[in-house]
Amino acid sequence: MYLGISILWDGNNLGRLLLGLWEAIKIAGVSLGFGIILGTFFGVIRTFPSSLIRIIFRIYLEIFRIIPLLVLLYVFYYILPENFNIDLPNQLVSVLVFILWISAEMSEIIRSSLMSVSKHQIESGKALGFNRLQLYQYVYFPQGIKSAIPSMINLVTRVIKTTSLLMMIGVTEVIRVGQQMIEHYAVTISTAPLWIYGFIFMLYFIVCFPLNMAAKFWERRIGG
Amino acid sequence: MSKKILEVKHLQKCFGEKEILKNVSFSIQEGEVLVLLGPSGSGKSTLLRTLNGLESIQKGEIYFQGELLKGEEKQWQAIRQKIAMVFQNYELFPNLTVMENLLLSPTKVQKREKTTVEKQAKVLLERIGLGEKLKSYPRELSGGQKQRVAIVRALVMEPTMILFDEVTASLDPEMVREVLEMIQDLAKERKTMMVVTHEIDFARRVADRVIFMEEGEIISDYTAQEFFEEQKNERITRFLNSLTH
Repeated sequence: MYLGISILWDGNNLGRLLLGLWEAIKIAGVSLGFGIILGTFFGVIRTFPSSLIRIIFRIYLEIFRIIPLLVLLYVFYYILPENFNIDLPNQLVSVLVFILWISAEMSEIIRSSLMSVSKHQIESGKALGFNRLQLYQYVYFPQGIKSAIPSMINLVTRVIKTTSLLMMIGVTEVIRVGQQMIEHYAVTISTAPLWIYGFIFMLYFIVCFPLNMAAKFWERRIGG
Repeated sequence: MSKKILEVKHLQKCFGEKEILKNVSFSIQEGEVLVLLGPSGSGKSTLLRTLNGLESIQKGEIYFQGELLKGEEKQWQAIRQKIAMVFQNYELFPNLTVMENLLLSPTKVQKREKTTVEKQAKVLLERIGLGEKLKSYPRELSGGQKQRVAIVRALVMEPTMILFDEVTASLDPEMVREVLEMIQDLAKERKTMMVVTHEIDFARRVADRVIFMEEGEIISDYTAQEFFEEQKNERITRFLNSLTH
């Protein structure tokens, strides 16, 4: 009898799936790298007293929160090239859209964690003659960043999970690879979807579970 | 001959519609200890905070060593190195050790030599019996110890004058004394200080001059001798009695 699970070892399948996962992690990693830096910068700016800046960033944040990411991916991948003649490879589109999305979310995480620093601590810093940069460097960040860490880890998990959408614009990430395999085995092995999706499930779990635990650990540390 | 360090003219401060400080004028001389007394909500703390640029003002002028303070943040950043402030809740930085708390401003803001400041900080800490707490974090100190470290943090900046904003108000009674004694010692050294407090006995001991405030106005400005020994104002007498009994 042919065991369904053995299709994972069939030919180059395992390698292809892992490569698909690597593609997803690569896109997530690069986007997170840039998105976190940009988002931190935006988050700091959003704590400035200017209400014009606050409104502009608020609109930006809301756009990227309200519109489904898939729609944004389609807009960037299909509409931009057709109407503006900008032809971008799908990985680059993915990274761009992800950076815009991550920096919007990140700016909110940073903003709220900086605002959580007690007003008295800020005044104490001011009374020591700190300028604005020094206030951020010595008071806002060291004290605020702790409360940002669990949300940041959660964001990383969400980004990794959301890479599954990228198959919709043709990125060969792990789910797309899986689908190709399932199609290949559709006639010969009827249980193929179970084994392949099951395996992908495990892969996502292995990547995201430790992150989830880390976030919980930090939350406890802050609470305690 | 004494020198005028700080002068305030016709200060007005509003929170929205409410007038917190009304036409407040006074000055303080070098080496003088000025105590601000008055019921809660009379504007004492607000007045102190305006002198450190932590509150904006609507009208009036503040002169520090003859220089008009225009309310620009840049100017205040420089002035705050000369007018230090100690707060009710100490506000040491919880993520830094005692020594790091003391070094931060002198080395980063005033750009002074770290080893020099370190030596100076050690001397000051040893004088108040906290020489062994250099490497402790604020959470490992008692309230009174934290407040004394906060005072040292103001002192290592070598300010021209120090503002004390109800520095014993959130301390347990048994810790109030150690803090007040420290301020008394500073008074003996002729440090220029402005003190908001509710501790009348302490005020009696340190004050050279007493300003009494009520509802945002200065209603009396006398030497300590005149204020405590020859008080004729009935409301003030009643206030003093309510605090001592």
